[in-house]
Amino acid sequence: MKVGLVCPYAWDVPGGVRSHVADLALALGDHGHQVSVLAPSDDPSSLPSWVVDGGRLFSVPYNGSVARMSFGVRAMRRVRGFVRDGDFDILHIHEPVAPSLSIIACWVARGPLVATWHSSQDRSRALSAGYHLAQTAMEKVRGRIAVSEEARRTLVAHIGGDAVLIPNGVRVAAFASTGRLASVDPQRPSALFLGRMDESRKGLDVLWEALPAVLDQVPDLQVLVAGPGDIDEQRGRLPHGTADNVRFLGTVSDEDKARALRSVDVYVAPHIGGESFGIVLAEAMAAQAAVLASDLPAFRRVLEDGRSGRLFASGDPASLAAGLVDLLAKPDLRAQYVAAADRRVRAFDWDRVVEDVIAVYDSVHTPGEKVAEDLRGQLVGRLSPRSDPGRGDSNGAT
Amino acid sequence: MIVGIVAVVLVLLVGLYLSMTAGRLDHLHRRIDMSRLALDAQLLRRSSVALELASSGLLDPASSVLIAEAAHDARTSSDREPADRAMAESDLTAALVAALDADDVAEVAGSPTGQPMLTELDAACRRVQLSRRFHNDAVRACRQLRRQRMVRLFRLAGHTPWPDTWEMHDTVPDGLIDA
Repeated sequence: MKVGLVCPYAWDVPGGVRSHVADLALALGDHGHQVSVLAPSDDPSSLPSWVVDGGRLFSVPYNGSVARMSFGVRAMRRVRGFVRDGDFDILHIHEPVAPSLSIIACWVARGPLVATWHSSQDRSRALSAGYHLAQTAMEKVRGRIAVSEEARRTLVAHIGGDAVLIPNGVRVAAFASTGRLASVDPQRPSALFLGRMDESRKGLDVLWEALPAVLDQVPDLQVLVAGPGDIDEQRGRLPHGTADNVRFLGTVSDEDKARALRSVDVYVAPHIGGESFGIVLAEAMAAQAAVLASDLPAFRRVLEDGRSGRLFASGDPASLAAGLVDLLAKPDLRAQYVAAADRRVRAFDWDRVVEDVIAVYDSVHTPGEKVAEDLRGQLVGRLSPRSDPGRGDSNGAT
Repeated sequence: MIVGIVAVVLVLLVGLYLSMTAGRLDHLHRRIDMSRLALDAQLLRRSSVALELASSGLLDPASSVLIAEAAHDARTSSDREPADRAMAESDLTAALVAALDADDVAEVAGSPTGQPMLTELDAACRRVQLSRRFHNDAVRACRQLRRQRMVRLFRLAGHTPWPDTWEMHDTVPDGLIDA
């Protein structure tokens, strides 16, 4: 199949949606599909051959912060060119309501369109003003995918209807081959917490409560905490006598997150609710850290009821402490979990996840059908010239 | 004079709104047609694989006959009323669910020709689920628009029949999920 992917955000800037699109494109390629990506870019000359330059970016206030988007007449022309020249069987639009190339693609294309919702947004900002407009564009999307339960809820609230849940894949090979953090002493036992520190559902408090009992048994333990939140406030919450063992990394990039996971003996997931997939567990498993997680249903599922990682009673510090001490004290137990996790994590690899995406493509595509330009039925479409002079415009030759 | 201008502007605005809404409706009707075609294709694929499996000799004779009957019925139901057809497809689902429990699937998966057929059947069953879901989604969006007062008042939907969702059982057999 010939698949066109539309990414609304800059190709040269790291980000969740952008890496999702890149990983998906590579995985589709591995499955023998022909993929072309349209994405805006600051430096078109650096784009790989399968990425078409979507034009330059502008900084605009959006959704409560300043975002960099690509829009305007030139962007419109590029999207049209991409759709016209691509001869696609499927056009897969990411974050379709983002006021960038994505929403334009929903307007100017028709045929087998698929869209993936990534983020959850507040109701008021993104859509209410342009509701009718967005609704009209969204109505053409035949297959909707959400990457998380939150994203699905956003979609249901704004647009109505439903979506298929397909979580992000994990690039297992990339995690397994990443480097270690220099700041972690490999001679001392180590454990890592990831996630928003001030969000009680992530369960950092449970870890704090468990810490004194753990340090009694493993006094030289290093605890790393990576994630956004007020570090000073968390320092104040640390139990007495534990401050020397805890290091705060603050917000980390995806690369540093992978390195941190790769550097520690145990990844601790003390969540007390709200995790719909537990993808972070899969990432830890791919990075070959032994996993200690609370027994939430999603975590039980990922860890196969404790076969590929250790479970403890959710919200129970004593249970967490016992599990952590056990894992830190027994290297062969850790190795056993890591080996089991190595097998298990393949189910979350992009290579596997992409099959679900292909199933969505198959189920909206009728044989012989192609994605085409949409010139009818909409005001902007009617007023635009039927054919644009700048055909070569879409090939990034600027 | 002013009243005249206001009236003209109003008429123009209403006209523009109606024209855009008619465009939206047209899109939705086309999307429904296409999603029905896609669903038909997936249903056909499912019944073909089911027939192939039934005639492979890998299943016990009773299961083979059950699945073959149901698959044949589903295939030949395409020229019947939608409700009859959905019934036939649901019957095929029921036959597959009944005939393919974990033990049967393990037996078939053991043979070299069986495994690809099971994979294919599993893929087909899942695609039927997805196609049906996307089709019903399109129908829901269309119905929502057609219920609007202006759309009904100006009969923007023309003679296009009121769209129907496709209701059938589309469970994937347990045995396939575990395989």
